[in-house]
Amino acid sequence: MFELLDLKQGSSYAGDIDQLILMITIITGVWFLLTAGMFFWLLFRFRAKKDESGQYVTGDEPQLKRWVTWPHMLILLCDIAVIVMAVNVWYTVKQDLPEADATIRIIAQQWAWTFVHPGPDGELDTPDDIRTVDRLYLQEGITYHYKLSSVDVLHDFSVPIFRLKQDAVPGREITGWFKPTVQGEYGIQCAEMCGIGHGIMGARLILQSASDHEFWIQSNSPTPVAQVTGQ
Amino acid sequence: MATAAPHAHDHGHDDAHPEESWVIKYLWSTDHKIIGLQYLFTGMAMAIIGGYFAYAFRMQLAFPGESVPTYGVVSPAQYNAMVTNHGTIMIFWVAMPVLIAAFGNFLIPLMLGCDDMVFPRINRLSYQIFLLSALVLIASFFVPGGGFGGAWTSYPPLSSEAGYSLTPLGSTIWLLAVALEFVAFLLGGINFITTTMNSRAPGMKYTDIPMVVWMIVLASIIFMASVGPLIAGAIMLLFDQNLGTHFFDPTAGGDPLLWQHLFWFFGHPEVYVVLLPAMGIVAEIITTFARKKLFGYKTVLYTAIATGILSFFVWAHHQFVAGIDPRMANLFTATTVLISIPIAEMCFVYIGTLYGGSIRFTTPMLWALAFIFEFLIGGVTGIFLGASGSDIYFHDTYFVLAHFHYTFFPIAIIGTFAALTYWFPKMFGRHLNESLGKIHFWGTVIPFNMIFIPLFILGVGGQHRRIYSYEHFPELFQPWQQDLRVMATVSLLVMLVFQALFLMNFFYSIFKGKKASKNPYNANTLEWLADSPPAHGNFLHLAEMPVVHRGPYEFNHPDRDEDYWPQWLPPEGVSAAPPADPEPAADPEPADESADQDADQDSDQDSDEESAS
Repeated sequence: MFELLDLKQGSSYAGDIDQLILMITIITGVWFLLTAGMFFWLLFRFRAKKDESGQYVTGDEPQLKRWVTWPHMLILLCDIAVIVMAVNVWYTVKQDLPEADATIRIIAQQWAWTFVHPGPDGELDTPDDIRTVDRLYLQEGITYHYKLSSVDVLHDFSVPIFRLKQDAVPGREITGWFKPTVQGEYGIQCAEMCGIGHGIMGARLILQSASDHEFWIQSNSPTPVAQVTGQ
Repeated sequence: MATAAPHAHDHGHDDAHPEESWVIKYLWSTDHKIIGLQYLFTGMAMAIIGGYFAYAFRMQLAFPGESVPTYGVVSPAQYNAMVTNHGTIMIFWVAMPVLIAAFGNFLIPLMLGCDDMVFPRINRLSYQIFLLSALVLIASFFVPGGGFGGAWTSYPPLSSEAGYSLTPLGSTIWLLAVALEFVAFLLGGINFITTTMNSRAPGMKYTDIPMVVWMIVLASIIFMASVGPLIAGAIMLLFDQNLGTHFFDPTAGGDPLLWQHLFWFFGHPEVYVVLLPAMGIVAEIITTFARKKLFGYKTVLYTAIATGILSFFVWAHHQFVAGIDPRMANLFTATTVLISIPIAEMCFVYIGTLYGGSIRFTTPMLWALAFIFEFLIGGVTGIFLGASGSDIYFHDTYFVLAHFHYTFFPIAIIGTFAALTYWFPKMFGRHLNESLGKIHFWGTVIPFNMIFIPLFILGVGGQHRRIYSYEHFPELFQPWQQDLRVMATVSLLVMLVFQALFLMNFFYSIFKGKKASKNPYNANTLEWLADSPPAHGNFLHLAEMPVVHRGPYEFNHPDRDEDYWPQWLPPEGVSAAPPADPEPAADPEPADESADQDADQDSDQDSDEESAS
């Protein structure tokens, strides 16, 4: 369904989330169609007629009550299935933290994103870090940790193609992960109300091949030495 | 006690004294029916404001940057303020006052067969504080800096720091208005619970209480149990805003997440606070027009109680990605998804009630049936959001918004129209025009779906919420997305036009509609024994106060020729007008422990005196 809406799966876990959404769609869709079908059939079958009066049914008759108790049990089973699948996906995306190939820092503020990329040395918080505003450059195919923080109010780092959202909370540094699986330029949103500039707080995500990304790092590093050695 | 005598000491107000001035009768009344109507009309006026905001910001989304007719160009700050206050108004000043306060006040004493609420003056105070809260909220739009725009959830630090929100006065006044509104509903809730416990007609067992009364009582209990933390939170937020405290300020050791817990600990039960009364309204209507006993009265009651209890353990599903410990999400996914069981069971029971019925598709019945169908869509789409894994993606998208409106629109709008068209003859003594009612029904329900189905699609496509223009997000500003936005907005315009039709029908019928009899639908519950409209005191002018002999939904009973069997009719074989009155003769001092049926009619008068002290 996401293909129709022009939305790629851009991270290693986007497929898991889409799969979960599809499963829930099927389960709830079947329930919805059955319930709605029963509803309209009853409306049609028991519409007021001259020659037929209503029946006296209390709802305690066993042969009728099972029309409520059996669906009740089936829903419980479906619920358990949904919970297991949801927790499974949640664990992958949010609870688990795979080994990082690189770490970036994301700082939200009213109403811009600051991204700190590791420089040529591959380490964060060293003098050769590359800071950008509203443009995040990442390499396809490697696992990133992000360290997300906010300097003022709540924001939310939202990347639709990754199927990722995470609130940025002032006073906290939240660590998470993603692994981009495509190349190209995509959107980043702030998905938490953050004041009058909330509507302009977007950023661009540029996913590059390994060689392109290496070139970008070398040509943007603030340390001139690194640039020279890179050439 | 079945006389008007005890009212003599009740200063000023009384039943049907012609010399009573208009102001005393309609604005200073302690009559539960007038207070109900006060809530109803105030709620309708607020709905017009909330609807106007929806019109203005939907126009901005469909035609960004263009001048909106009757409003003008919508600035980002105004957009945020209108989105925020649309939500605040529709939940706190429309859904709650109309569903709980208006119909609770109007119906509870009538359906229980007593003459008024237990604490009539507390009831009057409740409305007065509510009216004040509405005026305070409206005032917040006009202060320097404009109305509060930090979303109806009011998350700090945005809401606590004027430097961030840029609405120093707006956010404080908004918060004051919300706090006042809670006080009003606490006072109202006291009355609903106490009246139902103490003032039921003789013979009315707990399982003879009409479902809508049960639901409003349960809603009041849930509200009272959940609102405490939020009132505490609101005071802390007011202190943060104005007195320099730092409860939610991380730079001084506070925690913004604390507010979210306090807010949603109230905020999620609040969904059920408004859902249950709507469910109760629907139960009354489908039984009457399907001529059927409710399918499993106790099942409905127990599932409602189970829902109420479970609703206290699901709040953190609003905060899956808010920075809480990720392990907590697993727990709250389980509780949230499991709440589908009682809710689905209620839907099944209602659908089961149709089985074996003789269904008449009157206007109120259409509304009640539409409630079931539309709420079903709202219910199944909730699973996507309760499941933590998929909520990572759907959180704060238009999918949430569309799901929310598929629950709250059936509750607050469809439920209200169901109740209003059903009890209109009792409220005003006249009938609404049935043909106009059906046109209005289809003119509301079809556009409603045409508004929110496009928004579901946009939400699945990744459109995030509370953005005044998507031109800054190229992925969200493609032609097909803009077409869907225009479609939603045009549908809204169509829906609003049909509301004008309803208002015409409503006000015309109040004065010129066909006169209604006491029991136009051949329904069973006690309000249909009273006059249409009932005089002050409800049943006091009848020969005797009603006595209840059976449950509220005895339609098509095999022992009776007619297809309905009102609660007040004595069993077959007993004379229709029993001279022997089982009602206790004026009992000067009802014992305290007589909490049950026997001393009901007395206790409400005595309590009235207490309330004055």
